[in-house]
Amino acid sequence: MYRRRREFLKDSLLFTATSLGVGGGLLSLVKGRRSDQPSSEPPDASRLDFATGSTYDTREAKTPYRDVTSYNNFYEFGVDKDEPAARSRGFQSRPWTLAIDGEVSQAMTVDVDQLTRWFPLEERVYRMRCVEAWSMVIPWIGFPLGDLLKRVEPTSRARYVAFTTLYDPQRMPGQAAHVLDWPYVEGLRLDEAMHPLAILAVGLYGRWLPSQNGAPLRLVVPWKYGFKGIKSIVKIRLTAEQPPSTWSVAGPSEYGFYANVNPAVDHPRWSQGTERRIGELRRRPTLPFNGYADQVAGLYAGMDLRRFF
Amino acid sequence: MTAMKRRGRLPWLAPGVLVGSLAPAVAIVMRARSGGLGANPIAEALNELGLVALVLLIASLALTPLRTVFEWGWPIRIRRLVGLLAFFYAALHVSVYAGLDQAFDWRAIAADVSKRKFIFVGFAAFTLLIPLAVTSTNASVRRMGYVKWSRLHTLVYPAALLAVIHFVWRVKKDIREPMVYGLILGTLLLVRSHSPFAIDARTDQAVEWLSPRHCAPASRLTSRVFQIS
Repeated sequence: MYRRRREFLKDSLLFTATSLGVGGGLLSLVKGRRSDQPSSEPPDASRLDFATGSTYDTREAKTPYRDVTSYNNFYEFGVDKDEPAARSRGFQSRPWTLAIDGEVSQAMTVDVDQLTRWFPLEERVYRMRCVEAWSMVIPWIGFPLGDLLKRVEPTSRARYVAFTTLYDPQRMPGQAAHVLDWPYVEGLRLDEAMHPLAILAVGLYGRWLPSQNGAPLRLVVPWKYGFKGIKSIVKIRLTAEQPPSTWSVAGPSEYGFYANVNPAVDHPRWSQGTERRIGELRRRPTLPFNGYADQVAGLYAGMDLRRFF
Repeated sequence: MTAMKRRGRLPWLAPGVLVGSLAPAVAIVMRARSGGLGANPIAEALNELGLVALVLLIASLALTPLRTVFEWGWPIRIRRLVGLLAFFYAALHVSVYAGLDQAFDWRAIAADVSKRKFIFVGFAAFTLLIPLAVTSTNASVRRMGYVKWSRLHTLVYPAALLAVIHFVWRVKKDIREPMVYGLILGTLLLVRSHSPFAIDARTDQAVEWLSPRHCAPASRLTSRVFQIS
């Protein structure tokens, strides 16, 4: 009896240890990377002054602040969706200067806070469609990119606008791994960049941009896939030739220079016909140019959008 | 029953592995209810279930080499259990994809499987696992004969390979994580190719796990193996 009780005790201990070991091991493999949840409310400090009620606003329900600031693709801070929020916490986005040069008459280096004094800020409630087939509705605060470009006076040779993200592996730990060719670069045709829908954003939900969303200055072009919205911009260069863009260099068969939202042109590995709006259960159909066809389809008249995807 | 025999039975091993392996499924259900799966809970559950399925599948493949390299007896006792757990998670993964992600839109699913290569290979991997799960019983081994049965069950290798490819093709760019599993699988295949089924047929231990006390004695099964081969 004594021996059997000891055996039973030993087996129970070994059973517990095995289940804890196996369970703990699997759980850490699956969610070892997950960090704590960010707050659900925007911080009260740093409220911005801006105009509301833009004619370009969508009336669709806004994606909650918590989701907008915790589910991010920003490989400079890690490739998982929750890493940018967790790993950008101490990121200093001031002081920050933006250099503008190339095919312009008024090349300049300007402090980001000067930009917000030059250009009145306005709210733009835009749909954001990620190339990974999910979407959000985000109230950005910013100013039209075209206003800045007019100020630097493009020359007659200027046909494209090239953007560059900060390269600083000390401050952007994701750049230590060669996942993409750093720094991240993006580009627009000049007429796309001058379109009033294209903005440079400095805030969202009424506050300054959180680091994980591209502080202090990022591009927002709502009719294109989200990866065109280059973050933490330090340089804008106007060029005569089409500039390279990071994802089209990384995967030329999967990501094009134009990257207009197009349900008729599938990603080679998944469908672009539907999307999941964050917070919704059912998929919804994806709209041509992300629902902005009336405003921007004219930019591409006569172009084969299957070829120039 | 002597202490030695009890030790040899390891009565805690399989239940411990079973309970531990169910932890990720329980955690996903709990986090789904509390909002802990984040902004895109369906994608998160899908990714986690798929990862656990792959980890368990590769773990089940590691058990045989563990025995042959270290001559341990215990890995073989949980091989079927771990394989079935891998199938369980793969089935949950497929169910979440078909039911929650695609809302049982069979046309969209058929288009996905036929047009997208990463979904096609994932679907192929799961399809290969179905006959293995169905024939995982002792009765199936007896009915089919061990040689035919084990030949069928080598399908687990292409299934695991396809599962790794499914993972590699699924990620947008950073293939470091899937490549870790690819490397482990490659190592296991290498070990396997240098110590093929000869070992299984040569020793009694090889088939011991197939014939627990309540089934045909190991010796009878073994002799049957040799008759056939």
